[in-house]
Amino acid sequence: MKIYENTGNKDTRSGFGDGLTELGKTNENVVALCADLTGSLKMNAFAANHPERFFQVGIAEANMMGIAAGMTIGGKIPFTGTFANFSTGRVYDQIRQSIAYSDKNVKICASHSGLTLGEDGATHQILEDIGLMKMLPGMTVINTCDYNQTKAATLAIAAHHGPVYLRFGRPKVANFTPENGVFEIGKAVTLQEGTDVTIIATGHLVWEALEAAKVLNEKGISAEIINIHTIKPLDEAAIIASAKKTGCVVTAEEHNFLGGLGESVARTLAMHHPTAQEFVATQDTFGESGTPAQLLEKYGLNAENIALKAEKVMARK
Amino acid sequence: MFTKQWFSLISDVRFIPYKKGNGSNFETSSKILKMADTQHLKDLVSQVRRDIVRQVHAVSSGHPGGSLGCTEFLVTLYNEVMDHDPKFDMDGKNEDLFFLSNGHISPVFYSVLARAGYFPVAELSTFRKLNTRLQGHPTTHEGLPGVRIASGSLGQGMSVAIGTAQVKKLNGDSKMVYTLHGDGELQEGQIWEAAMYAAANKVDNLISTIDVNGQQIDGSTEQVLALGDLRNKFEAFGWDVITVNKGNDVDAILNGLHEAKERSGKGKPVCILLHTEMGNGVDFMMGSHAWHGIAPNDEQLAEALSQNPETLGDY
Repeated sequence: MKIYENTGNKDTRSGFGDGLTELGKTNENVVALCADLTGSLKMNAFAANHPERFFQVGIAEANMMGIAAGMTIGGKIPFTGTFANFSTGRVYDQIRQSIAYSDKNVKICASHSGLTLGEDGATHQILEDIGLMKMLPGMTVINTCDYNQTKAATLAIAAHHGPVYLRFGRPKVANFTPENGVFEIGKAVTLQEGTDVTIIATGHLVWEALEAAKVLNEKGISAEIINIHTIKPLDEAAIIASAKKTGCVVTAEEHNFLGGLGESVARTLAMHHPTAQEFVATQDTFGESGTPAQLLEKYGLNAENIALKAEKVMARK
Repeated sequence: MFTKQWFSLISDVRFIPYKKGNGSNFETSSKILKMADTQHLKDLVSQVRRDIVRQVHAVSSGHPGGSLGCTEFLVTLYNEVMDHDPKFDMDGKNEDLFFLSNGHISPVFYSVLARAGYFPVAELSTFRKLNTRLQGHPTTHEGLPGVRIASGSLGQGMSVAIGTAQVKKLNGDSKMVYTLHGDGELQEGQIWEAAMYAAANKVDNLISTIDVNGQQIDGSTEQVLALGDLRNKFEAFGWDVITVNKGNDVDAILNGLHEAKERSGKGKPVCILLHTEMGNGVDFMMGSHAWHGIAPNDEQLAEALSQNPETLGDY
């Protein structure tokens, strides 16, 4: 099986920040807005390099979303930056009316998504944001897995016309996708070919899925690993083809099992190729304080549980 | 169309001197402006009022009260003040732009846009009907020329206008951005986020008008949630505030808008407190919140039309 090398732990938010820094130099239409979290979002370099194109809006996320929508009128490409909770749930109606329904070319960039922001606890750990955003007509929803992919995605969404939700996180995690790789919105990435079970993962859990594949391989189980970085539009063809090959599916995400990647995959399979599926996700619950590793273990969002679910779903074939 | 005729008149009106306000209690100086011929605006106001009541009557739904109250303002803004191009381009570079934040007064917005040449006047007959571009609340989604943002869920338009105004500055575009808000809409917190930001960032190419009619769905603003002293509130937030007491008088409105424009570009966003009468021009719709969101029946329509002569041709 193919072994992916971790070239050194890095945070996905830095991938966003470095991507934005590059965009600042290459695309004069890119503007950035932040709601008092410039350091957390790694937007400092853009702000320092282009003060005239950086807009500090203070702790006023609703206003930020409206301003971003208005900035598209006149040709700018606004990137908003705040935590995932404040990027979605707090400002849902502003995104819905002023951005999505108004067809505005705004890039909503959200750090500290999922459980892995850790100790801050449930007020900051939104586990519903993928669901909220994928339900908005016309919204592209992206959840990247590592530093390199987040940087590539940041560059790619600037070139894509239309509203985008880009979801990434706080902790330093394995960096294993190619440096300067091409990011194709809506295109699944098959990381590992396999024949016994398909594991479809997004975000931080892609690396966990690869680790699970190693455990399964030692047991003689051949797992196919698909990285779904774009939850909407979903690469349905890749999912259906893999399900036809392996006959069973595990989905893995740092999100509620209601409304997340798993449900999008289940809908696809129900419509085109009904297949047994198990969900690695939080189970309709809020998060809590703890270290990222403790939280992933407690809520079963790790390689060990992915491997368990793989064996469970294989038994259901 | 009518637009060209009005544009030619603009040059006659634009340079007429107006009285400068003293900052604390500006009131319009209609005696100077009476020299300008605003009869064409008054004719248009009468026609737009007809359009409003006919639109809502045809589908037995919509919001005539606020629409009628803002008719003089929007007619004046679009036909005497804004430099705009009915050959609509979303980016609106080197044009004055307007955002309607209180989207429920779409009947007046649609009528003014149509009669300014943005789309055929006949299309007003599709208001609120299936497959129309004239949705119940304005939207860009159906591609209606003249609309740059969806509105209806209240409190969002000022933020959007700020973004556009800041981009105008980035682009070296010296034109203005205008907004209109209901007074009840000021109960939304986002308005005050936006007001704070606009002043802190010296968004002085923004002129936001508040339709102070004192009414909202459940009753008077005083009863529902008292707004307090709006002048003091906006001034405390760092805005330059103009009061137009005769908000249904085109001469007073014209003076107020000229004054606002004069005060723009001086480091502060400008707010116009426009005191209007909800339902203005249709006597039985005036003086209460009752006609906020209901349509007239056949008899009421006939009565409303009898009070507003057809001047430019019904759609």
